[in-house]
Amino acid sequence: MKPVLLDVAGLSTTFPTGRGPLIALDDVSLSLDRGRTLGLVGESGSGKTVLARSIMGLLPAHAHRQGHVWFEGQDLAALSPRDLRDIWGREIAMVFQDPMTSLNPVMKVGRQITESLRHHLRMGKDEARTAAVDLLDSVGIPEPKRRADEYPHQLSGGMRQRVTIAIALACWPKLLLADEPTTALDVTVQSQILDLLQAKQAERSMAMILVTHDLGVVAGRTNEIAVMYAGRIVERADTATLFAETRMPYTESLLASIPRVERPSHTRLQAIAGRPPDLVTRPGGCRFAPRCPYAQPRCAEEEPPLLPAPTPGHTFACWYPVGTPAGDEALARNTASNEASNKAADRAADGR
Amino acid sequence: MAGSGTAHLRDRADALLRVEHLVVEFPAAGRGRKVHAVSDVSLDVLPGETLGLVGESGCGKSTLGRAVMQLPRPTSGSVRFGGQELTALKGEPLRRLRPQMQMIFQDPISSLNPRRRVGDIVAEPLAVWRSGQSHGDVQAAVRAVLADVGLDYDTAADRLPHQFSGGQCQRISIARALVLEPKLLVCDEPVSALDVSVQAQILNLLEDMKARYGLTMLFIAHDLAVVKSISDRVAVMYLGKLCEVAPSDGLYDAPTHPYTAALLASIPVPNPEVRPGVGGGTLSNDLPSPIDPPSGCRFRTRCPRAGQRCAEEEPVLRHCGDDHWVACHFPVGKLGQALSHTGPDAMAD
Amino acid sequence: MPEPQPDPASADVEHGSTGRRRLGLLFWASVGWLGLIATLAATADWLPIPDPTRPGVAPARQPPTLHHLLGVDVLGRDMLSRTIHGARVSLVVGFSSIAFGLLVGGAVGVLAGYFRGRFEAIAMGTVDVLLAFPALVFALALVSFLGPSLGTVTLAIGVLSIAPIARIIRASTLAFAQREFVLAARTVGARHRRIIVNEILPNVIPAAVSFALVAVAVAIVSEGALAFLGLSVAAPTPTWGSMINEGRTVLQDAPHISFVPSAAMFLTVLALNFAGDSLRARFDVGEGRL
Ligand SMILES: Nc1ncnc2c1ncn2[C@@H]1O[C@H](COP(=O)(O)OP(=O)(O)O)[C@@H](O)[C@H]1O
Ligand code: SF4
Ligand code: SF4
Ligand SMILES: [Mg+2]
Repeated sequence: MKPVLLDVAGLSTTFPTGRGPLIALDDVSLSLDRGRTLGLVGESGSGKTVLARSIMGLLPAHAHRQGHVWFEGQDLAALSPRDLRDIWGREIAMVFQDPMTSLNPVMKVGRQITESLRHHLRMGKDEARTAAVDLLDSVGIPEPKRRADEYPHQLSGGMRQRVTIAIALACWPKLLLADEPTTALDVTVQSQILDLLQAKQAERSMAMILVTHDLGVVAGRTNEIAVMYAGRIVERADTATLFAETRMPYTESLLASIPRVERPSHTRLQAIAGRPPDLVTRPGGCRFAPRCPYAQPRCAEEEPPLLPAPTPGHTFACWYPVGTPAGDEALARNTASNEASNKAADRAADGR
Repeated sequence: MAGSGTAHLRDRADALLRVEHLVVEFPAAGRGRKVHAVSDVSLDVLPGETLGLVGESGCGKSTLGRAVMQLPRPTSGSVRFGGQELTALKGEPLRRLRPQMQMIFQDPISSLNPRRRVGDIVAEPLAVWRSGQSHGDVQAAVRAVLADVGLDYDTAADRLPHQFSGGQCQRISIARALVLEPKLLVCDEPVSALDVSVQAQILNLLEDMKARYGLTMLFIAHDLAVVKSISDRVAVMYLGKLCEVAPSDGLYDAPTHPYTAALLASIPVPNPEVRPGVGGGTLSNDLPSPIDPPSGCRFRTRCPRAGQRCAEEEPVLRHCGDDHWVACHFPVGKLGQALSHTGPDAMAD
Repeated sequence: MPEPQPDPASADVEHGSTGRRRLGLLFWASVGWLGLIATLAATADWLPIPDPTRPGVAPARQPPTLHHLLGVDVLGRDMLSRTIHGARVSLVVGFSSIAFGLLVGGAVGVLAGYFRGRFEAIAMGTVDVLLAFPALVFALALVSFLGPSLGTVTLAIGVLSIAPIARIIRASTLAFAQREFVLAARTVGARHRRIIVNEILPNVIPAAVSFALVAVAVAIVSEGALAFLGLSVAAPTPTWGSMINEGRTVLQDAPHISFVPSAAMFLTVLALNFAGDSLRARFDVGEGRL
């Protein structure tokens, strides 16, 4: 039997800082099969980019990485930089958030595509040029011949992102890592780019990891979703299951913070108060506890392990899961005590 | 004229802001060529109201917001603020009005001077206007406004902007804008650079500050869901023109301009049952260049309903429902159908 | 009244901001060298060294000895003394010419970058003309008009430095003037002068200072080149440039005569470059984050 396409096992990444080690990725495991799309969701700083880069082996030199990245049965974490270069672009490709910084500003876009075609696929000059123009055409760039001779700054943001996608797709990679490919774009352009990625992914039966901070972006476009918080995967499930049977309070909060166009205007948004924890001085217990509406004393003491839910393929890490009796009870208890303290505050205010 | 008209302006003497036939053009490379950033836009905002302005990047939203502030001055047209014609004011009289209208911007990092301490940044407007005030009074005012936006003076005041997250920088910008207690707050894409979770915090904060400071707001964004959640009335803008003006809920219930329908369809829905792009057809291509905008209806190059008439004649905003106005020859949806049965434009594609 | 937004984490500032980069050993070594040279030059008259212009203190071209630590030159003058006195000219010319250039060019650059418009067009047009003008011809003309003196060289190099400084400062001003915090200051009603002083200068000055240090190095080398051509301070007053020139003819038999002032100049230029670079890195506020 063929091994799965990507199997990340116990991956941890640490950056030394002046204040001590920053654990950006803490024991992350996940696997992805050929042709599937995984949405990787979390707030900024939750470690999504570090995970994508740790899979690629594209980390700064001072970073310390542990664990395995099995790609078609080969451990990328054990490969030399030289061997990795043959993997990059050819087996795994990446699309970044900001197309302006990921494109070379002084090189014509056509040339940026032919570079990798000639390097990886050993194409001749003319052959590569034809292929590059075809690629630009296939990612929906009008007048691809003319565009190939333009520089990145002559293109709009959306067109630039199409170019980076064309570059990423040039050598038919088996896995595409798209790190917030639409965060810098308008909603209209965002839906165009997501449609494009989805179409290419289906057409080439390529696997894709789509990184975003917005659950709305991945809802209709992925097979499975992994939610990250403070360097850990805290919930993972098939896309339908994740939305139908949300267990992790963080996932629920992320979902609730999205403004919904169908709600009447001025409906108050359910914002998650505060910010993710400092990854250097993180206290023990559940990482989400300081912001969690369900948190109980136990949460601050013991870190919940990532355990399977009854639905196959669904895992989550929480002591008081959403939609379970334990969770309902925890939420009710917190609501009651909040009301009590609000009342006390009101009384104190009246007394003044 | 097209995508223009003033029918949607309310006949109210108390409008805090009333913009009429506003035109902003910039010189473009090449002789005699101009960027038509805003072309004949009229708007009004009543006291205490939030007007949302929605459209794609490059459609002229920010230019409009800045023209309201007279930074830079519009090419032509009228901007009346509290009954005063701003375009006729110069120098000191205009400067004296500035504290009443403030602005916050998209990029939280670029909005703050990287070399000034947060306490000084927020105190700067006071230093300009109340230079006689004692140090203690200034500090108290800064402390209060920082507390209002959810920051603690003692920990924040001595830090530089880069030591804060994007959302916190946006709070600092809001504090700076509020410290003079303005009447009008122009918010130019204040949440577009933020994560959804932080975006929700900032939107809630703006709603709170609106109530606390009695603000009137012009809220600009490219995401209709965001705009709708905070606005009372929404104006949809395309390539320098208005397409549709309606109360927020009315706009969602009955999008009547094909562009509004497309904007609604491109909002990502956090529900796996909803296939993206279904029911409305998302937009293809990019915005055309504002240097050489299409004739007639500017949306016609991307409009699924465009007909011959659209290239020849510019649509004017007309009434199509309860305080609902649309500039289109072949409007869509239930209001659009009603319009084409009754109106002089009766026909369809 | 709505409640204030609860944000328990708002008190703690961005994690991982470990403060600014520390200035390294190289920076302090550079500053040490510059300080040493400056102190020696300033106190040269009181130091127990021979008069730099007195010939025959030892046999001509004598290599370094215990009495004359750096040897003596072709006329038998003490090299140590000449190098120290030469530093006066080099440092005075280097720093004053750039100070002059910074004052004029900096002002032009800031105003052009901030106000844009017609002033910018005229100022930058002039700068382009100045840059295209052959520097040597200008220096020659000035010296033949005013006569070679410390003031003339300083003025010549100072005027020549205006154009490049104005250009760099304008570019830097332009970048900041387009940022939204400047717009925000304008919406508040701050006057132009206030905006330039409070918002623009604090951002432009650090870059200007580090650039100026490098420019001082260039000015020192230029003075050397002018001295080489006999266009600097008249003999017998020593300058590093004229000393190198004097040693050139006897490079084979007495290499130390050229080598000593060359080394002094090289180290000083290097130190200025290091100091400039370190300062730039030091003043870089961590903005690349988002
Ligand atoms: N080169 C680096 N050096 C030190 N810390 C880093 C580096 N890159 C990322 N980090 C830290 O790793 C954490 C996760 O960041 P990131 O992967 O960017 O999150 P996301 O992708 O979810 O925005 C953050 O705390 C960030 O500051
Ligand atoms: S373990 Fe506790 S704090 Fe963590 S998510 Fe679950 S309920 Fe919240
Ligand atoms: S139908 Fe015609 S008028 Fe209406 S939006 Fe389309 S192109 Fe414009
Ligand atoms: Mg990221």
